[in-house]
Amino acid sequence: MIPGLLPELQVIRKDFPILERTLAGGQPLVYLDSANTSQKPQVVIDAMVDHLERHNANVARAMHQLGAESSEAFEAARDKVAAFLGAPERDEVIFTKNASEALNLVANTLAWAGPRQLREGDEIVITEMEHHSNIVPWQLVAQRSGATLRWFGLTDDGRLDLSRIDELITERTKVVSFTWVSNMLGTVNPVAELTRRAHAVGAIVVVDASQAAPQLPIDLAAMAPEERPDALVFTGHKVVGPTGIGVLWGSRALLEELPPFLGGGDMIETVAMERSTFAAIPHKFEAGTPPIVEAVGLGAAVDYLRSVGLDAVHEHERAITAYALEGLATVPGAKVLGPLDAAERGGAISFELAGVHPHDIAQVLDVRGVAVRAGHHCAKPAHARFGVQSSARMSSYLYTTPEEIDAFIEALHYTRSYFKVA
Amino acid sequence: MSQELDALYQEIILDHYKNPHHAGLREPFEAEVHHVNPTCGDEITLRVHVNDGVVDDVSYDALGCSISQASASVMTDLVIGRTVDDALSIHEEFLTLMQGKGSVEPDEDVLEDGIAFAGVAKFPARVKCALLSWMAWKDATARSLEASAR
Repeated sequence: MIPGLLPELQVIRKDFPILERTLAGGQPLVYLDSANTSQKPQVVIDAMVDHLERHNANVARAMHQLGAESSEAFEAARDKVAAFLGAPERDEVIFTKNASEALNLVANTLAWAGPRQLREGDEIVITEMEHHSNIVPWQLVAQRSGATLRWFGLTDDGRLDLSRIDELITERTKVVSFTWVSNMLGTVNPVAELTRRAHAVGAIVVVDASQAAPQLPIDLAAMAPEERPDALVFTGHKVVGPTGIGVLWGSRALLEELPPFLGGGDMIETVAMERSTFAAIPHKFEAGTPPIVEAVGLGAAVDYLRSVGLDAVHEHERAITAYALEGLATVPGAKVLGPLDAAERGGAISFELAGVHPHDIAQVLDVRGVAVRAGHHCAKPAHARFGVQSSARMSSYLYTTPEEIDAFIEALHYTRSYFKVA
Repeated sequence: MSQELDALYQEIILDHYKNPHHAGLREPFEAEVHHVNPTCGDEITLRVHVNDGVVDDVSYDALGCSISQASASVMTDLVIGRTVDDALSIHEEFLTLMQGKGSVEPDEDVLEDGIAFAGVAKFPARVKCALLSWMAWKDATARSLEASAR
């Protein structure tokens, strides 16, 4: 047994019904695409079904028993997410549609009138390893506000190139936004150091935790205030929760400074035809009927992860990632993009296989029941940085076994022989 | 297992992938287009040279999987030397085959090596790969005709 694996791995696998299904030709499923979306445990499915079967009603506007139950379930989900993040205050947790919407919320409201409004001469700093969802909103906001977009480049081994940090983070910098864990390279970025540097010049810090939240313990309240980001986002479906729900955590100070994003029901205090006043956070940023059952599912999901323990999940990911990196080293022509040390990376490994295009790798693997992703993983600039147009990516999670990694590696050997590059 | 794969990766496709025909960008040309498949990032830059209603040359620089590369190679074999009208009807025939979800019987007299792509039509995720170069060619040809009409 590999050290660091979850001791109850077989029990955990039983929590995820989809892992029992077979694919065409009776192949067992080897699901190695969890960085794309994770599978769901029975408790999440049951929580959502139970809500729909027994408690369904709108929240915060239905004056009846079901409405009260639904509102209570929805707000309980907010408490669970706040506990999952170690949020200083539960009202700092805003439900969005996904991580992209959460990033767009912050980026857009920074372009609008308010104490933090971006102007010409201001600078926004991102990195070359961002997912498109943490690049494009900032490009749009830079165009609209006249602010300048700048970015950290990457070193050859797939880390942020911090050698130019003094030129990049200056008194002109108003926002620094970066991913905690890269979805392509797996790199874990130094959140505390970057945040301290940004705060020293008065900039706000936005962290994309879409890949970090599933696998790293997060405790915002325990962070030193100068090292605590001002906003952090993640998406429900990568933390064993449902699609259709994401989270924006923002410090009360920031969320109170930002103007409202979407206007509509539930985000107001009072409305007259001439003007309106707005609700306090979190409702200020939750216009319209929210994704209620999705929030309930997300609450069950983060409770599930906390019951397994994020430290244990992290250890498991590291052990599986190390085992996969060892396996990939035995495949001739396989080249891993990103850090090679499992201790310094997350559980997503992008790679190339000499002589076989990533699409073709994914296709052959799929026929053997092994699900991986192929393409640019919504990180085209990071691919361009390494001179590759696309890559294949395997990503594990708390339910991944060493035997599945063996099946993956064996399928890569088969891929080479199928395309006669062996 | 490999039967299913073999239906997709016909020998003809792998041959064209390894030794693509008419690859590279050449002069002269009236139109150049750049098409991408936004989901996977496959790209093609393609030029056409039309002379007196005949497709004189199609040259290209493509990055992508075996299916998209082989398809570009087969496409150039099929359209170069034909009249634009004939080439467009071959395009239609290929499009029908690819959109047929595996139910269309390809006509070898028209599609030649293109019949090897009949299996691709059963893999919905790969149909876009096979069509990338064909769509680029159609676009470039339309622009080339516009350019010469001016």
